[in-house]
Amino acid sequence: MNSIRKFFSDLSQYPSAVVGLVIILLMVAISIYTLIAIPYEKAITLWRGDENVWYKTPKTAQPKWVNWFRKDDLLETFSFNSADGDGTKTEEYSNETNKIFISFPFEYDSNSFPQEITLFFTSQFDKKEPFVSITLITPDGREVRIGSFAVGKTQTYRFSQDAKLARRLKGNSPEQGVLLDLATDPPTLVKGHYELQIEGVGFEENSTVDAEMVVYGGAYGWAGTDHRRRDLTIPLLWGAPVALAFGLLAALGTTLITMIIAAIGTWYGGWVDELIQRITEVNLVLPFLPILIMIGTFYSRSIWVILMAVIMLSIFGSGIKGYRAVFLQIKESPYVEAARAYGAGNWRIIMQYLVPRIIPLLIPQLVILIPSNVFLEASLTVLGLGDPVLPTWGKVIQEGIANGALFQNQFYWVLEPSVILMITGLAFAMVGFSLDRIFNPRLRGV
Amino acid sequence: MAESTLPAPVTVPKKNLADSAVVRVGKYMLVRLVTMAVTVVIGLYLTILIANMGGYVDQIRRGEIRENTQLQVMNDPSLKSLSGEQRAVLIEDRIALEEKRLGLDQPFALRSFSFLKSAIVLDLGFAQYLNSDTGSKQVKLIILERLPSTLLLFGTTNFLLFFGTLFAALYLSRRYGSFLDKLVVGASPMSAAPAWFYGIFLILIFSAGLKIFPFGGMVDAPPPDNTIDYTLSLLKHMILPTLALALNSVAYSIYAERTFFLIYSSEDYVEMAKAKGLTARDVERRYIMRPTLPTIITNFAFLLIGVWTGAPIFEGVFNWPGLGRTTVIAVGLYDTPVIVGTTVIFSYMLAVTVFLLDFVYALVDPRVKIGSEGGAK
Repeated sequence: MNSIRKFFSDLSQYPSAVVGLVIILLMVAISIYTLIAIPYEKAITLWRGDENVWYKTPKTAQPKWVNWFRKDDLLETFSFNSADGDGTKTEEYSNETNKIFISFPFEYDSNSFPQEITLFFTSQFDKKEPFVSITLITPDGREVRIGSFAVGKTQTYRFSQDAKLARRLKGNSPEQGVLLDLATDPPTLVKGHYELQIEGVGFEENSTVDAEMVVYGGAYGWAGTDHRRRDLTIPLLWGAPVALAFGLLAALGTTLITMIIAAIGTWYGGWVDELIQRITEVNLVLPFLPILIMIGTFYSRSIWVILMAVIMLSIFGSGIKGYRAVFLQIKESPYVEAARAYGAGNWRIIMQYLVPRIIPLLIPQLVILIPSNVFLEASLTVLGLGDPVLPTWGKVIQEGIANGALFQNQFYWVLEPSVILMITGLAFAMVGFSLDRIFNPRLRGV
Repeated sequence: MAESTLPAPVTVPKKNLADSAVVRVGKYMLVRLVTMAVTVVIGLYLTILIANMGGYVDQIRRGEIRENTQLQVMNDPSLKSLSGEQRAVLIEDRIALEEKRLGLDQPFALRSFSFLKSAIVLDLGFAQYLNSDTGSKQVKLIILERLPSTLLLFGTTNFLLFFGTLFAALYLSRRYGSFLDKLVVGASPMSAAPAWFYGIFLILIFSAGLKIFPFGGMVDAPPPDNTIDYTLSLLKHMILPTLALALNSVAYSIYAERTFFLIYSSEDYVEMAKAKGLTARDVERRYIMRPTLPTIITNFAFLLIGVWTGAPIFEGVFNWPGLGRTTVIAVGLYDTPVIVGTTVIFSYMLAVTVFLLDFVYALVDPRVKIGSEGGAK
């Protein structure tokens, strides 16, 4: 207990370690929250979801916070659904026709245009499709006729694809044109209170229409969206548990197995030690990254297979030599001799006399290895060898680069996961370096 | 004493001991040579097995050949008149021919050993899918063509960084505790992120944002005609990659080396030398640099090897036409000869370097000369 308290008071001497530790704890908290809030199955469905799942989000929209740095702010995406009780909806049945009136009032005070305005209709009828006509009331009182048509069970109406409407709006692209005052030259964007009215006629008693309007802006949520309209908060949140798990497991597996191998080698000596040393040399000849790339390309891209491969290729790494040197010293120490004298078995000496002595040396190594493994996972993903199912930070970076985010000013796409990766890596490295100085007496003064 | 020209090596007092030292070093080198050779052979064979997935790549390749040949025969208008059976025979013939060309008619176990043999004698053979820019399929030519760009980038950068950090570390170890020193210690965790990662940031800032430097590649397209413009364009393209490599390694290398120097400069014999009144330069050169020399040499040697392999992702991010990127492309195409070829070169380089290191150690490190090798009992 006392030693633990002393350890923490030692650690608090290093401000960078405290900062790092806080960040790590925050990451762990985020991971736990993510695992509870977005369970695995839900995350996978969302991440692999197509336009049916993500129809309400714009394509490659910037995150909300870019508006803090922009002069003309981007429109934040908003939507109304009459089936959910947004706006007002009235129905009146007479003369075998059901008159439906839907109204979506909204304030438009952005300086920029929407990417697109879309209406999703769902209707109920037996034989004859209901008919709708759509009008937009502008703040200055004009009535812009959008269009009239019959709607099937489900129907999508995109403003931008209505060529007739575009002609009526003097050639302006409709999703922009409907918000313009065409009388001025050049046409100006009208801000203020708009109202979209949908008048529907059902030709049967139970025939009705519901509409959902989505105004896609250039901004969406706190993380923005990618080319497949997916909200990037999902991979950014889910990346945390994946990265932490991968980094921790790989580091833990590598250091523990390496240490035990080194302990066995030094304790038994002779041909066991020789063999271990030779395997280490063979392992040095094997090209690490190309082999991982080969495994990813040929065998499996599952994160667990890659994890196993990383551990397998790293256990006979250069760490063995360092541990070996320390074990050789410990092996000769009097207390090991005493243990041997009272008749302790080989295994007992290795596990209870050799291994515990090296743990102070091991912990900083372990912590420093975590970020390098987190980045290794991201590196492999950037090479296109990431887990095909899991949403990870590396995946977002790779898709961003592959889809030209760097060339099209969609910096948020690459920047967000990179910054998070950077912060995580730095946090572990800062803690690790401080631990190294605390546990390694040779480094303490320096 | 301070003026002696030779930096006082470990003196060998008697002649017979020197003789036995030579014999011992010779014997030691011989054993190392044999073990390194065995190591390289095993490492190569493992790579061959992995690169062929224990023979599974052959099956993939057979499937591809069948599909391509069938498509070829189907789409060949001159063969339209053949009957179905004739066509089937023709397809089988062509498949057999193609498989023979690629050597797929032999079992993999046999072929793996012939692969090993040609790998050992550096007969790298022909690529299956990749071409060099001159159109050759020789693996040797493909590698030789990509090597200069990798060597140029990583060689120049790493040399600069190595000597730069070494002198910076020496400087800081003298000014231990200064602001600059604290800054370097504070920045050392930056090495947690790989160089390609900084590359992305740099491209974002300098290429996409400020539009000062190119996004990637080695020279402008089209390449300038005269040498001066070509060099200038090359330099312009090298700035960002160099900067990325530096961001990744500078702080940590300086930190590690300065700590190393500091540890050695707190030894008793250094205090003794200072007490004797030697100048700081002499103390540094003779009592601090000398015992740290083996480690510095090792670092330098591994740097040399690292230069040869290039960096797959780094070259990918900067679109640098080097060896690393070629390896990635080769893996994607299942082009085993190229993968094995690069590994062969790499393991030979490594083996030679490790061997040379052992030799230099034997000369520099008195412990080897006297016969107690490292910690082995």
